[in-house]
Amino acid sequence: MTVTNHTNTEQVMATNTVQDRPTAAGALEDGAARGTVTQERIAKISAAAFRIRHHALNMGEVQGQGYVGQALGAADMLATVYGDQLRFRAEDPHWEARDRFLLSTGHYAIGHYAALAEAGIVPVEELETYGSDDSRLPMSGMSTYTPGMEISGGSLGHGLTIAVGMALGLRYQGSNARVFNFLSDGELDEGSTWEAAMGAHHHQLGNLTAMVDINALQADGKTDTVLRTEPVTEKWESFGWYTQRVDGNEVGALLAAFDNAAAQAAAVGRPSVILCDTKVGRGVPLLENREKAHFMRIEEDEWQTCREQLTAGYEGKASA
Amino acid sequence: MSTTTEAPDTAAAAAAPAKPKLKTSAMIASFADPGQKTSSAPFGHALVKAAQENDKIVGLTADLGKYTDMHIFAKAFPERFFQMGMAEQLLFGAAAGLAETGLVPFASTYSVFAARRAYDFLCLDAAEPNLNVNIVGGLPGLTTGYGPSHQATEDMAIFRGMPNLTIVDPCDSIDIEQAVPQLAASDGPTYLRLLRGNVPTVLDEYDYTFELGKAKVLRGGNDVVFISSGLMTMRALQAAKALAAHNVDVAVVHTPTIKPFDAETILAEINTDRLAVTLENHSVVGGLFETVASAVVTAGVGKRVVPVALPDQFLDAGALPTLHDRYGLAVDRIVAKVLAELG
Repeated sequence: MTVTNHTNTEQVMATNTVQDRPTAAGALEDGAARGTVTQERIAKISAAAFRIRHHALNMGEVQGQGYVGQALGAADMLATVYGDQLRFRAEDPHWEARDRFLLSTGHYAIGHYAALAEAGIVPVEELETYGSDDSRLPMSGMSTYTPGMEISGGSLGHGLTIAVGMALGLRYQGSNARVFNFLSDGELDEGSTWEAAMGAHHHQLGNLTAMVDINALQADGKTDTVLRTEPVTEKWESFGWYTQRVDGNEVGALLAAFDNAAAQAAAVGRPSVILCDTKVGRGVPLLENREKAHFMRIEEDEWQTCREQLTAGYEGKASA
Repeated sequence: MSTTTEAPDTAAAAAAPAKPKLKTSAMIASFADPGQKTSSAPFGHALVKAAQENDKIVGLTADLGKYTDMHIFAKAFPERFFQMGMAEQLLFGAAAGLAETGLVPFASTYSVFAARRAYDFLCLDAAEPNLNVNIVGGLPGLTTGYGPSHQATEDMAIFRGMPNLTIVDPCDSIDIEQAVPQLAASDGPTYLRLLRGNVPTVLDEYDYTFELGKAKVLRGGNDVVFISSGLMTMRALQAAKALAAHNVDVAVVHTPTIKPFDAETILAEINTDRLAVTLENHSVVGGLFETVASAVVTAGVGKRVVPVALPDQFLDAGALPTLHDRYGLAVDRIVAKVLAELG
């Protein structure tokens, strides 16, 4: 397990912590012992991540295309946040006290829908409508279409600005709900992301956690050839955030990082960011080893192979 | 006799003609006429009043609180005011986030920054989900002499294409005072073309109340009908009085809501034998004139409409009276244009 804690010497003003929030019918209802990364927690989230990947492959096959590579890469992050961290009520997606999960990267919707199905917010059988006419699950995530989709992402660099407003608004109204924003490393190109990073620190939004999928790939190629965003860790640190960088495909590391972020969470405090290095196509060797592309091409006869490789890998790991 | 008491250069200076006093312009110069009745910071006070009755109202700005009258609200409700810094994308993204939590944000900056710089954020984060985000834009049209960086001459043209957005172009302090609570009460996003500082009070002399989405006839007239919005309604009323001296009888219809547009009232007024003139503090492209023209054509009314509007160009820097005269917004220029049209 690799968790790198970049804890600044600056003291977090941890007043009104969110540790003792009322139990909801969400992820923590099963009494997961936050703070201790047990094999049980890892197994539970790994199983959820496997199902999310499986759903994503099925959705990709129906559509014949899609951001399957990103969904596979981000599945562990999505499984961790939905399966272990977020408070929500599956039957009441607008429950006022819910934690908010904001998907900035609208094109990751395929992975998010799979996570929403895993969370019981969207029926699993609805996933096959992904990207179809009149579906509630459009190719790019939109709040007006899908239960559990808090914002309309897609135009990158918006999510964190909205998250700042939500965190301010929730705190002002006395809510101890937390706000999570899922970003990609490509999104770090956008100046608005850094406006929001400054704003979150200025307003001491300890109820805000950003999670960045660093897959080192964007539309025109590798991130370091498109617009160099590294050193990413130092950037967030210098913006005043509680910064951790982890292997985003290692569930144990993710759980530990999210636990650390949760321990930091406060109505007034330092915002948290978890930088997650991930691999596009993770879990399916055929795709992991394919030339990396933002929009990955998968032939009609390859989908079944993908599923078989995913299952073999998961079962091999589970039995290991 | 002594000739040594006067130094030669002093003598030269005394002989030179007095240096003419230059016309200058402040960033936020008032467009009120000398001696005109005004009201101080009507938006700020109206927002405070609305917030006293609605605890969901919050205010935010992007380092322009003092220049958009938001400082009045910030002082009255410091815990309900959020300073977002000179970051307009954050300002409006955060405003959408606040609205997502059930609050009613009023977010202020200059119109140029709201319309040009933050459009994507307003469009996708506020308008698409139809959130109650209220944009307050200072220096609309030609209300500063600072040149194109600050003159929002095309703000309505930019914003009119945004679905769900309500656009209000108030004339005076009365309009602003009455519009603010209605903007807060309306569900979707709104854009207010802010008049700030000492704002003229004009409409109290007429049988008038602001109603969101409604145009109102301020005065009748048999020869000409003015359709106007914003501060140009004030100029329209002044021009109508001046034209009376030329035996020209002018009606004035004030249409402070540009979108949704009260086409019914406007068409009834336009579809007559009178000369129809639109007056707006905005480019001739994409503002009131084209809104009216679109309604006229859509209804199949064969009617010429004469625009009084800013030209489709980047405007000069300078003093406001100079520029209003140069670009045709001054009363004298309106009068001359109407007389020329009437032949």
